[in-house]
Amino acid sequence: MTQTTPNWAAIDTDPRFQALHAKKTRFLWGLMIFSVIYYFLLPVGAAYYQDLFKMKVWGPVNVGILFALSEFVVAWGVAGIYAKRANREFDAMAAEIVRNAHNIK
Amino acid sequence: MLTTSNKDIDMNLKLIGGAAAIALASMTAFAGEGAVAEEYKWLTFAVFGAIIAVTMYITWWAAKRVHSTTEFYAAGRSVTGIQNGWAIAGDYLSAASFLGIAGLISLYGYDGFMYSVGWLVAYITVLLVIAEPCRNIGKYTLGDVLAFRNDPKKAKTIAAVSTITVSIFYLTAQMVGGGILVKTLIGIDYEVSVIAVGILMLAYVVFGGMVATTWVQIVKAALLVTASILLVVFTWAPYGFSLPAFLTAVVGDADVQKQVAKLLGDAATNMTPEELGQRFLEPGLFLKSPIDQISLGMALVFGTAGMPHILMRFFTVPTAQEARKSVIWAMAIIGGFYVLTLFLGMGAAMNVGAAGITAVDKGGNMAGPLLAQYLGGGADSMLGNFFLAFVAAVAFATIVAVVAGLVLASASAMAHDLYVGVVKGDHATPQEQVTAARIASVIVGIIAIVIGIMAKGQNVAHLVAMAFAVAASSNLPAVFLTLYWRRCNTNGVVWGMLVGATTAIALVMVSPNMTYPQAVIKDAKAVLEGTPAKDAVEAKASAGFICELFAVCQKAEPAKPAVAAKPGAMEKLAKVNEKMATLTDPAELEKAKSDAAKLEKDIKKAEGDLKKFEGQTTSMVGLEKPFFLLKNPGLISIPLGFLVVVLLSLFTRDRRSEEMWDELYVRQNTGIHAEGAVAH
Repeated sequence: MTQTTPNWAAIDTDPRFQALHAKKTRFLWGLMIFSVIYYFLLPVGAAYYQDLFKMKVWGPVNVGILFALSEFVVAWGVAGIYAKRANREFDAMAAEIVRNAHNIK
Repeated sequence: MLTTSNKDIDMNLKLIGGAAAIALASMTAFAGEGAVAEEYKWLTFAVFGAIIAVTMYITWWAAKRVHSTTEFYAAGRSVTGIQNGWAIAGDYLSAASFLGIAGLISLYGYDGFMYSVGWLVAYITVLLVIAEPCRNIGKYTLGDVLAFRNDPKKAKTIAAVSTITVSIFYLTAQMVGGGILVKTLIGIDYEVSVIAVGILMLAYVVFGGMVATTWVQIVKAALLVTASILLVVFTWAPYGFSLPAFLTAVVGDADVQKQVAKLLGDAATNMTPEELGQRFLEPGLFLKSPIDQISLGMALVFGTAGMPHILMRFFTVPTAQEARKSVIWAMAIIGGFYVLTLFLGMGAAMNVGAAGITAVDKGGNMAGPLLAQYLGGGADSMLGNFFLAFVAAVAFATIVAVVAGLVLASASAMAHDLYVGVVKGDHATPQEQVTAARIASVIVGIIAIVIGIMAKGQNVAHLVAMAFAVAASSNLPAVFLTLYWRRCNTNGVVWGMLVGATTAIALVMVSPNMTYPQAVIKDAKAVLEGTPAKDAVEAKASAGFICELFAVCQKAEPAKPAVAAKPGAMEKLAKVNEKMATLTDPAELEKAKSDAAKLEKDIKKAEGDLKKFEGQTTSMVGLEKPFFLLKNPGLISIPLGFLVVVLLSLFTRDRRSEEMWDELYVRQNTGIHAEGAVAH
């Protein structure tokens, strides 16, 4: 099969593509904003909420250490959530558009 | 035809073998004094030799597989997601993060660990907004992504300039750091180790292209992770792998308590040993300025996604799905590694002690290697030295692998974007393209070696800050807005990148990262002659947020308690010498001798500084003291980079940028017409 050029503008306005775009945009912005805020809570907490960070909760383990460790868990969690959603939903939606790309006029 | 290519391969083989032999031979010949004891040097070279041999075998194997441009720049797009994940980790975990963060934790506890978090979170940006779209629309370089809808020549030129700038900054820091590191570990001359790193890296890149670079990075990442896991198992096992039990031991350790007392100074006088130890697990021993921290965080979180050598890795996988998978793997490996550094750093603080670590290297970079030596049985044992040799070799492999990735990225910018794209207007035969790529690699490699040698003894701390800041303020806004914003156009991208990069560089040049002779002279004099008593100073309120960023008005300053006069090293040395004459107890005499040696070292350094900066009053750019008060410019330069792209795009028109939007947006989301893998 030689590559023929699909009608990009038509695909762009196709409801299936618009649905993918809307879902992805909302989901990605949400995850991104959450991740950035959660990350910056660490330096802000370490600078301005030292009493909280110094509170011992598990032997010598304090809130600060648990919070720093939670940053790793949250980062992995965000990556996992994204991968799961993308593998299950976005890939299938994109594949559907790719299959029909040459019929969308 | 067949005979020629066989001859070529034969020739390559000889050259590759030659490069390895030169690198190893020059290293053995020039080995002087280092952390590894003289009688165990052979061990170090055996481990080094083994690692170099493995990477050279990879290069020879890869050289047979690299014929086309796609194979040279993108390993034929046939790297799997898992492999690429390991290679990204290998590309990213530089000596600075491997040794530097463990060192920071060993000296400053909690703050060092907190510092490591941003390096992982950075990959969220890579995963969510950069990796897949770039894979879908790009070919080999940042320039390809930007040229998709912007004016190709302009976009490729500015992208190449930015890529080469970022790479050279980062590369110089790696070369200088690497040279010092190898010298400290095994005593090889600085120049020799820079040249050895350069020759090896050139061999990988020139003969094996991206195929060899990828596998060298995978091997290095695997070695690094294995070494770290082993060290952590040995460190943690005595405490039954319990976090509270391990940290209880850290808190109760006399060396740790001593280090905290030293860091806190007079504030520590009323604290119990228990409180001092616990303080090690609390924030504030190292990072003092929260605004600077946030600025650094911004540069990391947005800069990593704009790093050309990281971006380039996503063109090596066959599909966007594999690109996604590779970021997930990279995050697992990189994050796991940084969690391990907590145990490496704390373990070193406890078992080696801050005094022992800083005696070898002031910045704490030797914490990991010294911990390895301790765990193997100490400085006099065979196993201890084997462990040290192994970690040293891994550190060396780390530098070579990271530098290879950077050289490949800048060579691709030079050959593919500038030469083929701009000069030849995309009309070059495949053979010409590969030749151009190889020549560009050699040019960049030689530049790296020359700069590495010229920068000997220079302060390079600012270069890493600059590399991330430029990537975050120039590359990221341009790529992000090109990919996601309909109105974005050529003018916005070109000017945004120029302004973002220039601002970042200019702010670093007037920041506290630079060397200010007056401050160095003052410190050196304080070491030699001591400091007079000072009265308590009251806290000063900030005159506004802008004053925290620029030296134009009063910034907030905490209250300082009164300080008693301190004697200088000269005076102290005289006293120690005086005392030594009266001592008879051998243990006390030994201690006095080591004190004297330490003081003499301090005096020598201070005198050296005085001589070096004699008569100088201003920094490189003519400032007596920093004008910009943060170490990292991200807080200002990143929003500015975005702003300029947005404004220029809004106020100018560019037909191609508008016309190509539909195609770009559909393709980046669906992968239609994405560059496919090369079939073998």
